[in-house]
Amino acid sequence: MRAVLPACKEQGIKIITNMGAANPHAAAKEVVAIARELNIGVLKVGIVSGDDVLPQLLSGDFSVMETGEPISSIEHDIISANAYLGSDPIVEALSLGVDVVITGRVSDPALFLAPLMYEFGWSSSDWKKLGQGILAGHLLECAAQVTGGYFADPGYRDVPDLENLGFPIAEVSENGEIVITKVDGSGGYVNTATCSAQLLYEIEDPSQYLQPDVVADFSQVTFTEIAKDRVKAENASGSSRPELIKVTIGKRDGFIGDGQISYAGLGALARGQLALDVLQKRIKSSGIEFLEIRYELIGVNAIHGESLSYGHDPYEVRVRVAARSKAQKDVELLVNEVEAMYLNGPSGGGGATKSIREVISAQSVLIPRHLIKTSVSIVEL
Amino acid sequence: MLLREIAHSRTGDKGNRSTISVIVYDIKDFSRIEASVTTERVKMLYKDLVKGEVERFVIPQLGALNFVLHDALGGGVTKSLALDAHGKSLSSAILSLEIE
Repeated sequence: MRAVLPACKEQGIKIITNMGAANPHAAAKEVVAIARELNIGVLKVGIVSGDDVLPQLLSGDFSVMETGEPISSIEHDIISANAYLGSDPIVEALSLGVDVVITGRVSDPALFLAPLMYEFGWSSSDWKKLGQGILAGHLLECAAQVTGGYFADPGYRDVPDLENLGFPIAEVSENGEIVITKVDGSGGYVNTATCSAQLLYEIEDPSQYLQPDVVADFSQVTFTEIAKDRVKAENASGSSRPELIKVTIGKRDGFIGDGQISYAGLGALARGQLALDVLQKRIKSSGIEFLEIRYELIGVNAIHGESLSYGHDPYEVRVRVAARSKAQKDVELLVNEVEAMYLNGPSGGGGATKSIREVISAQSVLIPRHLIKTSVSIVEL
Repeated sequence: MLLREIAHSRTGDKGNRSTISVIVYDIKDFSRIEASVTTERVKMLYKDLVKGEVERFVIPQLGALNFVLHDALGGGVTKSLALDAHGKSLSSAILSLEIE
């Protein structure tokens, strides 16, 4: 906010953000405080609320999508429930003449669709245009992932000036035409390959991209390079918005402990493997039954697992043991065992680290749209 | 020839599912990958990393295949023990597939 607020205010550019996260009201206060500090003068901030649906969830009869468990059976562990809001409340905030819109949970593309609907007066049932608007939003929502970020592979895809990547811009016209481009003079590039990679990013069936505003259809989308770093995106469409809205619930789900230590030089792999063997025996003798545990060597098999990994002995390896348990003391024991590889393990281990975190696992629930009551409030400087 | 020579790939995550796109650089290579990068081969490639089924969506005008790998992320990014809990690096493995 510090980086963009002065320039945006000066140019009359509105800021729409979901940085309100779990508490958009507190975020709005913070924005006003920053504006005051930066001598912005006058600022009107719109707050979108209503994504927090914990009370509705707990008083209804719903189940977790992934497991089928009824909410009533896990309600004591649920700490949050946030529905993916769509464009409507953001459009409402814009119509109140705010400079900044702050939301909690909204679908990412809605952050981009809303100003299009507001500016062009698109109807909330013009499915074809909403489909194109969602396309623009989806291409922009991961920032530089469409301008050459997360794309470079030396010798195959050499992205120019990666250190100076430009953020994307969508030029959208009233009839829904889209051109994706980026800031002049910035690094990276925009071409059909970067656009296609971003189009399919985190999409499952491209003909049914479920959004709170529309079921977007990307299956016929085409990209055309009309000039350097300018790509036309066409042929998205859509059909009526879903009646059920996705809610992400946060659930207390035990603790994860993660202990690591490195071995380097001659025999590094053998010593790392010996450390894992010793740890496995010691942890077994503790009698603790972890919900899940993994023993691995970073640099050898930690990322793709034993069955996919191959290659030569590395110069250095890093032992990693990670486990999950309902009880914090269990994972404390685990990470301390890894640290004990210093004095009580193979020779030459170094750089041991240990970390413990409480797990708040995310799961999904579908609830009927009519249970979600959004509202917009305003704070001003 | 390795798939890496003619295509690029990006991985995303949705809960406990991994989505992996495979996109050819040159549209005339598309029929080769469409014929050869099948759900069966993808399932075999990832072995025990993917516990559920593999679905494939075909987007011919973009020269793209989009795979959805079910039960592939250790319960999802928030509770997975994996170092790469999002499974972001899975895309690099698919590019090692041998193409006719």
